[in-house]
Parts: sequence; structure tokens; C-alpha cells
Amino acid sequence: MTSVTPFLVFFAGAAVVALSPARLRSVLLIATPVVGAVNLWFLDPATTLGVSFLGVDLVIHSGDRLSVLFAWLFHLAALIAVIYSLHMSDRLQQVAALAYAGCALGAVYSGDLVTLFLFWEGLALTSAALILARRAPGSPRATLRYLVVQVTSGLLLLAGIAMLRAGGEDIGLAAMELDGTAAWLIFLALGIKCGFPLLHGWIIDAYPEATETGTVLMSAFTTKVAIYALARLFPGTGELIWIGAAMTMFPIFYAVIENDLRRVLAYSMINQLGFMVVGIGIGTELALNGAVSHAFNDVLFKGLLFMTMGAVLYRTGRMGGSELGGLYRTMPATTGLCIVGAASISAFPLFSGFVSKSMIMVAVIEEGHGWVWLVLLFASAGVFHHAGIKIPFFAFFAHDSGLRPKEAPRAMLVAMAVAASGCLVIGMWPDLLYRMLPFDVSYDPYTWTHVLTQCQLLFFSALAFTLLKLYRLYPPELPGVNIDADWCYRWLLPRLARHAARLAGDAAVPLRAVALALIAGTTSVGRRWGGPSGILARDPVTGTASLVVLLVFALVLVLHLVRGL
Amino acid sequence: MSDDKRRFLDHPRNVRWIIRALYGACFLLLAADFVVHRHIEHPFETLFGFHALYGLVACVILVLAARELRKLVMRREDHYDD
Repeated sequence: MTSVTPFLVFFAGAAVVALSPARLRSVLLIATPVVGAVNLWFLDPATTLGVSFLGVDLVIHSGDRLSVLFAWLFHLAALIAVIYSLHMSDRLQQVAALAYAGCALGAVYSGDLVTLFLFWEGLALTSAALILARRAPGSPRATLRYLVVQVTSGLLLLAGIAMLRAGGEDIGLAAMELDGTAAWLIFLALGIKCGFPLLHGWIIDAYPEATETGTVLMSAFTTKVAIYALARLFPGTGELIWIGAAMTMFPIFYAVIENDLRRVLAYSMINQLGFMVVGIGIGTELALNGAVSHAFNDVLFKGLLFMTMGAVLYRTGRMGGSELGGLYRTMPATTGLCIVGAASISAFPLFSGFVSKSMIMVAVIEEGHGWVWLVLLFASAGVFHHAGIKIPFFAFFAHDSGLRPKEAPRAMLVAMAVAASGCLVIGMWPDLLYRMLPFDVSYDPYTWTHVLTQCQLLFFSALAFTLLKLYRLYPPELPGVNIDADWCYRWLLPRLARHAARLAGDAAVPLRAVALALIAGTTSVGRRWGGPSGILARDPVTGTASLVVLLVFALVLVLHLVRGL
Repeated sequence: MSDDKRRFLDHPRNVRWIIRALYGACFLLLAADFVVHRHIEHPFETLFGFHALYGLVACVILVLAARELRKLVMRREDHYDD
């Protein structure tokens, strides 16, 4: 049996789904990742596939252990997400979901930067459809904001690639040093999609705007492709250690005061990405294994948490912590699954977060970054606080909101159960995951010291939450927005642009007067020359006349453009 | 709706019991520091109950700082609507 490069299966699936009637689409949606998985199983890891395009030799397919790990992860994520989406039959979302997964697979098998760029842009376009598909009044503008940021990342990547090519350098996917403009441009392009501090605005802006399924897909693909690319191109880049540490820290403060629970999870996403970025920055085999396995686990537990919140949104139409509460009464299964996700992200022993995050922590301390270790430990306590406790507490417990929604649809429950099982299986038998990691490192997360210290950290964090709540020091959930990096392009830039337009308008007044005078002058000259007795009306010079008319026309056009300012 | 019967957590006694169980678990975990020989990786870890104390203090600082942050950054819900 011969296999094809994995993205083709998903692109074909998307094309067939686009043309199929609703009833058939559900079957095709499930079939695509299943066929994809069979295809991947038989795929020879050593296969490479190259094409020549516009004089550039591209490597469309080339894989190693890192690619294969992400490919399995993306197949699993796609399967979970399509099961989750079976309650609806929105063609736009279904096609976008498969195409989006296909782009993610294309990106992790790209053998050069140009191919990576093509899938990078594909990820932006296909995921934007998942925001548009929400069809809320603000959706078109949210989609546009998201696209502008994503395309900016693509353009930076393209500019970096062009500079490398111009300098006669290799555009293969080899690790690079952070020296020179080209490397920095590529670093920034990756930084936007990874959610580096101040470049992270799109994550918290877009995730709460997408559909229930859309957010689950977005949390699985875009940022994880970016982490994959960062691990390939910039492993061991020292700057990443502090960038990552900052990413683990600042979102937890915002998460505590944020009301929209999907935005709380978006902040938590940046925090988890921070751990991975630190791991990549450390760059040892243990650290890279930790970063990659944490990316794997994050897709499952963050996906699970986004799915539980999506189910709440689907059943209640609300997402604000201030409006929810007490839902455990009528949504007990969703509550239980949410708690599994919460325990996993908080890195409780026996849950998946524990077996990957501890790898990064150990690598950090082995390389002598004591202060970074303290920062990450603070952030770990913070994760439990905002994602582990706050999400389930304010959605399902806290005060009784009076809402009595039905339990989540069965398909959603199945998808959440699959993800929850993944979290538990990896947490209990981490070797299943460790075996697939890029480097062979023997690592045992379940030592007495690790289990005890992690339990102490988490239980005393829970104690802090309980005491702060009992003494009424915990900030209440309040409706409102919190100013963050997205303020730059949602508030500042539009106002600057409007101001600039007004200034330009003012400057245009004298210009317009000059233009009008010129038009008047030209017309009178034209009348004198082109009138019945004018020189241009005489027969031998008709050619000259048309030339002059053309010039005048061009002039009028230019003047008109100036007036239009 | 028939679902409105009083559930487990609607009884304050049960909630108190859960909170007491948490206190108990915290006490036992702290006491375990005497028993388990910890493998030290960071100098701070030589302190008795370092992780417990760090978790508690970190979360209190986190919440108190976040309350101050809210005063700085919180705006009305329609802040971005034109």
C-alpha cells in the first residue's frame, strides 16, 4: 500500500464535504481523520517529495520523529473536533475544519521555509472562516482583525525568506542563529503565532469570538504549528527562556479578573505556550522533549476545557462567569469532564500535564536557571488557580445562576470523553507518549519528591483560593473588558488612522484650490485651442489633438484623485 | 423544573465538610515533609514545606495583584464598540 502526504487526505476530504449533502457530510467528517490515520500508519517516514515551482525547488514532504509526533497529534485533534461538531451541519465550518487540519499537517511536513509559508497562510485563511462562521454581529470585524494579524505574521515570514534567498542562503528548515535581519523577521513571524508578550493580542481577541468548535480547532492547530516551527528553527535560543517566562507570568493576572471564561482559557493558553517556549529556549534534549510533549498534552487538555465551555455556550448562550454558575445540577457529565481537564492542565499527578511540565521544570533547573524555575513555579500555582479552579468553579458551581440547561449533546460528550481519556492514559502511562518523542531520554516523572512537592504546591494553592473566598478577598466576576495588547489595534490604531485622515483632509484644502484653478485654466486653454477655430480642430493635427486630450484626461484624473483625499 | 431538588452542595454542612477535608489534606502533605526524603534541586527546597508555602503565598500575591490590575485596566463592556 502506498501512502500520500497527510495533508492531501484532508484537502480531498474538505473538497468532497464541500459538495456533499448534509447527511453524508457527517460520515465524511469522521472518515477523513480515520482514513488519514491509516494513511499515516503506512507512511514511510523516510519519504521525501519535492517539486520545482517558479524556479524554486520546494520540498513539499519531508518528515522525522518530530513531524510524525505532531502528525498523530493533529489527526487525533481533528477526529475529536469533528465528533464534537456533529450536532451542527454548517458546511462552512465543516469544510474549514478539514482544510485547517490539512494546513497544519502540511506545515509539519514542510521541508523548506517557502512550503512552510504557504501552509502558514493557509492556516490563517481556513481558521478565519471559523470566526466568521459564528455569524454574530461582531463576527466580520473580528475575522478581519484576526486576519490582519495572521497575514502580518505571514508577511514577516515571507520577508525573512526573501532576504535569506537574496543573500544566497539555504531556505531549508535547519536551526538558525538569531543574527541578522532575516532571522529576526522569521523569529517575529513565529513569535506572533506563538503569542510572545505584546504580540499575543490576537489569541485573547479571537478565541472567544469563534464558534464552539472553531475555538477547539484553533487551540489545537495554529499555536502548536508555531511551537513546532520554533522547535525546528530556534532550539536553544537563549532569548526564548525569558520570553517564555514572561508568557507564563503576565496572563495569569489577567485570567483572574477576566469574566469571559473562553478568554480565561485563551490567557491560560499563552501561559502554557510560555512553558513550551522556555523548553525550546533551554534547548537540551530533555527540555525539547518536555516542550513537545507539553504541546501534545496541551492540545488534549486545553481542547477538553474549550469543549466543555463550548458545550456551556451552546446550551446557555452565555460565557461570562458573572452570568453562569450552578450548572453541575443539570450538566453533571460536562462538569466531571471539565474537572478532568482542569486537573490535567494543573499538572496533578496521574493527569497528563504532570508528566510533561515536570520535564521542562527539571531541564530548567539542570541548566542552572534558578530564577526562571521560581517564575515557572509561581506560574504553575497560578495555572491551578485560574484554569484548574476558576473555570469549573464559576461555570458549574459558585452561586446558583438559576440556569437549568440540558446536558451537552451526546456527540459533544463523546468527543470530550475521548480527550479526557487521553489525558488520563498519558498521565498514568507516560511511556506511551515518551516513546514517540524526538529524543531518547529516560525520564521518570513519578518520583516521591516530584509527587509530594507538586501536591503540596497545588493543595496549598487550593487552600489560598478557599481562604481568599471565605474572607471575601477574591475579586468578584464582573462584566467588562480588560485593556491588553489588543488595545493597540482595536482602539489606538483606528483612532490614529482617523486622526491622520483628518489631518490629510485639512492639508488637502489648499491643494484642492490649486487643483480647481488648474482644471479651470486647462478647460479655457482647451476651449481656445480646440474650439471651432482652434488649432487642434484643423484636420492635419487630429493626432496631436487626441494626444493632448489624453494628456488632459490623465491630468484631470490625477487632480481628481488629489481632490478625493 | 423537577431538577430543583436540593443537591449535595446546597447543604452548607457538606460544603464545610469539603473545606475541612482540604485543611486535613494540606496538614498531611506538610507533615509528609518529615517522612519523605526529598531530592533537592534548588537551594530554597531545603526549607521545610517550601512548595506548600510558595503555592500559598504565590496565589495570595496573584489575587491581590490582580485586584489592583483590575483598577488599572478594566473598562465597560462596550469599550471597543464604536
